[in-house]
Amino acid sequence: MTKTISFILNGDEISCDIQDHWTLLHLLREELGLIGTKEGCGNGECGACTVIVDQLAVNSCLYLAADVQGKQVQTIEGLAVHTGSLHPIQQSFVDNGGIQCGFCTPGMIMSAKALLDKDPKADQEAVKHALAGNICRCTGYVQILDSVAAAGRQMAKNQGEGAAAAKDPGTITQQSMNKKAGEVIT
Amino acid sequence: MSGYNVVGQRVPKLDAAQKAMGRAEYIQDVRLPGMLFGKILYSRHAHARITAMDISKARALPGVHAVLTGKDIPSKMRMGFYKDNPPLKADKVCCFRDEIAAVAAVSEAVAKKAVSLIEVEYEPLPAVFDPEAAMEKNAPLVHEAHKSNVLKLPWKLHYGDVEAADKASAYVVEDRFTTTWVTHCCLSTSGAVALFDASDNLTVYSNTQIPSLAQKDFLETLGAMGLKGKRVRVIKPVIGGGFGSKLDTYAYEHIAILLAHKCRKPVKILFDRKEEFEATSTRQPTVIYIRQGCDKEGHLTFRDIRMVLDNGGRTSWGATTPSVMMMPITSLYRVPNVRYDAKCVYTNNTYAQAMRGYGNPQATFAIESCMDMLAQKAGIDPVAFRRINQNEPGDVTPQGFKITSCGLAQCIDAVEKELTQGRPLEEGEGIGYASLIHVGGGARIYKSDGCGAILKMDDYGRVDIFTGGTDMGQGLDNMIAQIVAEELGLLAEDINVVHTDTDVCPWDVGAHASRSTFVAGNAALWAARRAKQTLLAFGAKLFEVAPEDLVMENRTVSVKNDPEKTMPVDKLLRKAHFSPGGTMLMADYFYDPPNENMGKDFKCNLSVTYSFGVHGVRVHVDKETGKVTVKNYVAAHDVGRAINPMLLEGQVYGGVIMGLGYALSEEVMIKEGQIRNPNFRDYKLFTAKDAVPIKAPVIETHDPDGPFGAKGIGEPGCVPTAPAVANAIYQAVGVRIKDLPITPEKVLAAILKQSKGS
Ligand code: FES
Ligand code: FES
Repeated sequence: MTKTISFILNGDEISCDIQDHWTLLHLLREELGLIGTKEGCGNGECGACTVIVDQLAVNSCLYLAADVQGKQVQTIEGLAVHTGSLHPIQQSFVDNGGIQCGFCTPGMIMSAKALLDKDPKADQEAVKHALAGNICRCTGYVQILDSVAAAGRQMAKNQGEGAAAAKDPGTITQQSMNKKAGEVIT
Repeated sequence: MSGYNVVGQRVPKLDAAQKAMGRAEYIQDVRLPGMLFGKILYSRHAHARITAMDISKARALPGVHAVLTGKDIPSKMRMGFYKDNPPLKADKVCCFRDEIAAVAAVSEAVAKKAVSLIEVEYEPLPAVFDPEAAMEKNAPLVHEAHKSNVLKLPWKLHYGDVEAADKASAYVVEDRFTTTWVTHCCLSTSGAVALFDASDNLTVYSNTQIPSLAQKDFLETLGAMGLKGKRVRVIKPVIGGGFGSKLDTYAYEHIAILLAHKCRKPVKILFDRKEEFEATSTRQPTVIYIRQGCDKEGHLTFRDIRMVLDNGGRTSWGATTPSVMMMPITSLYRVPNVRYDAKCVYTNNTYAQAMRGYGNPQATFAIESCMDMLAQKAGIDPVAFRRINQNEPGDVTPQGFKITSCGLAQCIDAVEKELTQGRPLEEGEGIGYASLIHVGGGARIYKSDGCGAILKMDDYGRVDIFTGGTDMGQGLDNMIAQIVAEELGLLAEDINVVHTDTDVCPWDVGAHASRSTFVAGNAALWAARRAKQTLLAFGAKLFEVAPEDLVMENRTVSVKNDPEKTMPVDKLLRKAHFSPGGTMLMADYFYDPPNENMGKDFKCNLSVTYSFGVHGVRVHVDKETGKVTVKNYVAAHDVGRAINPMLLEGQVYGGVIMGLGYALSEEVMIKEGQIRNPNFRDYKLFTAKDAVPIKAPVIETHDPDGPFGAKGIGEPGCVPTAPAVANAIYQAVGVRIKDLPITPEKVLAAILKQSKGS
């Protein structure tokens, strides 16, 4: 069955025709050409396909495309676009050796972002918990955990500076998405 | 301080930002106009004759462009160094992963459907799944024509007089150890795209670790297809993890080529995760019998090892891992008498190939477990025992390895210091140690152990360097950029490293043996030196000084001790370019280290230098459940010099966690030839929740032959992990587990047995 859905993708309202059985991963990668979201298992077991739907990190390989109707979807491509500079989490992964082969990276960053957007001061246990569904075969997680911790500190600092939202490209994205949906950033 | 500006710096990985933005293109992301999708049909039996195959329904399905079976392919086609593996099997299957048919269709879905429509009739044959049983007289033959299940491979190295040494030893221990199947679990699954141009020249996109040898394999395939003399171009997309898994070409690559030629369209084959588990190769499993002795003072007197390797139904590089196992067996610690014999035996299981460490982790598990047992028997502290026997610079080992730089002693000190200071051991805790030796300057396993580099500089002071080496996430791009930048007085960001295309990149034997920093690094360094020579000769004329009076630093060329005479490098390059007769800066170098090929007796200096390391771990064992918790881990390595400490630490951390998985949780569970856990839910990888505090002290011995003194470090992180853990568990609760992985069930069973016995 084909149907038309509308949702907000990385800040832009879009509408498209989909098949009932399509996953969000299929829609993003195969139909919309957003290849940044990766498929490592197609089965909800690796986290490479993680995107954020309405502020929650989800495995897009298990999420039905039809279910994003009316929702906000953020993918790795939506993090750095507005100013061209990297989001603090992306920058932190780059600076702290959190990236080797990089196949887990988009999913890792999206899982980290869903957590840090809520609580940039999340402690290591909370970070480990948030990343528990994201497998990385290269790094042994050490530098990934360092990357997320450093990003959290940076994001907390940006928030503390009050006007942070204006400086932080990632938050701009989030904010513009929220604005479209008529929500208020807390 | 090192006195270097770029070497030794924590420069972020050159492609990290691209990857962080989701812009890196992996094999999954390669999409060509008119591309078809291929799917493979695998055997449903471990051992059977194919009596009939009906492909008519598959062929009739709309959208299907081609169906191939073993009968349709050139009869000469064989893969693997033992040449026992046609990409599609026609008459007989020897394991569940045997490929028997393939389809190309307009979409993945249609291809999948078509594969399911192929009807196959089998006549099941008696099968054998245990390598030791497969050696028995009446065991079913996996390959009848081979006459025996034991492969004709010469794995045997004898040195000194083991029997006399055995008799003369004060203490001797012996035991049997086993290691099982584990697999690479690269987060990106495997895949390839093949296409032919109008003149039948072939391009293959593949995430291979061996572009040049893959090119050679594909040329052989073309030869078998009657396309001798045609060209092959191999393009590597960004590789989502390698770890040895991509060191041999696979059936899917050759099948994609066959389908692409048949359909006259690009054909892509991409594995799903289940296929990745079931149809790619594993680490080589082993059964190891070891006997080792020492004198009254604790000096090792001999080491005697016999191994049986489950070769599975076909042969890939796994069968050659004994050649690398010889390294720790003959050369880890000073051991004057050595005997090693290994047999690879066909069974109807899956088969193995290269995996990080290439046999070294298996052999080191037995050796280092046995070292602790021997130390205990001799009444010597395990660390002291290792010090008594440690390798030293200048040693020549029984295999003929000439040890140049060697920081094993410093590694022992560093690990002991880290692990014993601070918190005392608590109830149920124990500390274990294990060391490693690995090739650090390449290893001559092929006619050439070389790598080429081609370097050019543009009018703006930027460098493009084309290397034969392969980056699969480990960071070779940075090694080359930092080495070249250091030599030319530039910044790492000035260097563009190209390693993706055999049409422009020179030859390299492959990303294995922890060789890339050393070999590809040296090639790049020498190419940079040649370029520098040319540029300085030009600068010397300009400034009217001798070339030796010039320095390149901070993107400028200046005359030593004369601050007036200086010029930005880009300006000098333009001057050279636009002066009469014109000079463009281009240089190349092919570096082949003076490593020796193994002779008939396997004695040689395999690598121009060797890397060393010591791992130590503190574990807690829960006596009620058998659960082992790693409290902290220290992995010290003699790396010669850290070109980039951050990426180096990344290699160690990643290796250690992979090694801990090998020690404690990972296992491809195979029952009667069939893999029972082909998914991440049941194949137990470490997750972020299991992350362990790891310290990675770096010992710099400044190797005389390494680029800026560096040695290889890609594999060592996972080499001595399992025995360190096993030794720690023994210290903690007094049980010795000799079979990997060390699961809670095994620990608990041993604890219960022990308490019953006492
Ligand atoms: S691809 Fe979705 S969890 Fe692995
Ligand atoms: S960087 Fe390779 S899987 Fe995480």
